[in-house]
Amino acid sequence: MSPRSAKPLRRILEYLAACLALLAAWKITALCVGSAILPQPEDALLGFGLALIDPAFWKHFFASGYRAGVAMALAWLVGFPLGVLMGGVKRFDAVAAPMVFLTYPVPKIVLLPVVLLLMGLGNASKITMIALILGYQVLVAVRDGVRNIHPKYLDSIRSLGAGNARIFTEALWPAALPHGFTALRLNSGVSVAVLFFVESFATTKGLGYLIMDAWGRLAYVDMFTGILGMSLLGVLLYETVNMLEHLTCRWKR
Amino acid sequence: MLEVTGLDKSYAHGREVLRNVSLSLGRDETLAVIGPSGCGKTTLLYLLCGLVQPSPFDHDADHTPVTLDGEPVRKPTPDIAIILQDYGLLPWKNARDNVSLGLKVKGVDKRTRNKAAKDMLARMGLSGRENDYPGSLSGGEQQRVAIARAYVQQPKLLLMDEPFSSLDALTRERLQHTLLELRRDQRIPYILVTHSVEEAVFLGQRIMILAGCPARVQAVFDNPGFGREGHRATPEFYDLVREIRQSMEVLWCVES
Repeated sequence: MSPRSAKPLRRILEYLAACLALLAAWKITALCVGSAILPQPEDALLGFGLALIDPAFWKHFFASGYRAGVAMALAWLVGFPLGVLMGGVKRFDAVAAPMVFLTYPVPKIVLLPVVLLLMGLGNASKITMIALILGYQVLVAVRDGVRNIHPKYLDSIRSLGAGNARIFTEALWPAALPHGFTALRLNSGVSVAVLFFVESFATTKGLGYLIMDAWGRLAYVDMFTGILGMSLLGVLLYETVNMLEHLTCRWKR
Repeated sequence: MLEVTGLDKSYAHGREVLRNVSLSLGRDETLAVIGPSGCGKTTLLYLLCGLVQPSPFDHDADHTPVTLDGEPVRKPTPDIAIILQDYGLLPWKNARDNVSLGLKVKGVDKRTRNKAAKDMLARMGLSGRENDYPGSLSGGEQQRVAIARAYVQQPKLLLMDEPFSSLDALTRERLQHTLLELRRDQRIPYILVTHSVEEAVFLGQRIMILAGCPARVQAVFDNPGFGREGHRATPEFYDLVREIRQSMEVLWCVES
């Protein structure tokens, strides 16, 4: 029991060490640049610390977290089952794969005007945008993962007399889980980036707004509060996916 | 019980793997199949359990080359258990769930199948390892789980594809004994594919040589000392090993 319970603590310590190294690099750069646009780390951290006890900051943080979280969940709910189906059912793949791979290289962000027009300026369009970008990543990773399952595992379960439904639930689905989570985790950074983009206009809530607003006011310390908030959000999303994978893919431990 | 007559197999791209293989296995018999690697031994097992379909090669469509108790084997059935090469355990299921998967497919309720899996694992000396995943088990332990998985189904026939080939000598011998003990208790006939002559003579009541391209049954040896205490140390054991080896050498020579 002890190594497992020691793990999160170790993880936090690793994060703290990384933070210290980054702060040192920041400090050196700030001294070299010597401009208000890159504030000294201690000023930024003080500003961030004050923001952490300010409910206004948390309103922005939760608005952003809600958008990114719902979008990731949506991407998973659509991308994962579709990916498993495409990877496992050849006839379905023959129909769906050309559509997916024709649209896959299109940078989904360019569809933003269309999405805005169709879904309005509210949360729906922002969430859709992030979910669209993430969903593709999950779908493609899961499809490839299922296609690459070693045939011996399928022979093994078929030899027990299992039908297609069983093969789906006992083999394809669990074997695809790590692939889906890896895609989601690797793209948690992308989702924060898109979040910043879609929050930079037509809203007054969210960390992206906080950054853009502070920038406009030339309040650089406030701007860094938003940037640090987005970093924190990114780490939280990443670790949430990690935790979900840890819980559902026990054999991977 | 198991009857195989005129079994042919060609793959879609035209390569003929097996030609006119016939064999029969009684209710209390064991058979070891031996042959050069790549000769179609694995394909034979896949055909016997219905994972692969035989080719209708100059037979009429009604001909069913593989029958178990008079019933044609056309698709996998829980009556025929197979232990695949490299054990065939699903890495995402723990030992208990791997063992009980066959029962789950049959529709056995959770409590019954977990109990059966636990008992079978205990039988194989794996008490307390029920929650371990294959990735954290040694090769020998994985093979034990695979054997438990096959036996817990109470099949009418057990097929094994090179079951002990990737294990160290000591583990292999121990598991070979375990297998004989299980057979003594459960009376489930088995067919074992191997490339080791010693293993074939230790575990097979009869030993069949499969060779050629396409592979045919080249010879069948009776093994009267099979199952006797200390069989491995008797002169008869070594005589038979030598005899089989000699005929294999002749066959392999003709081939190349």
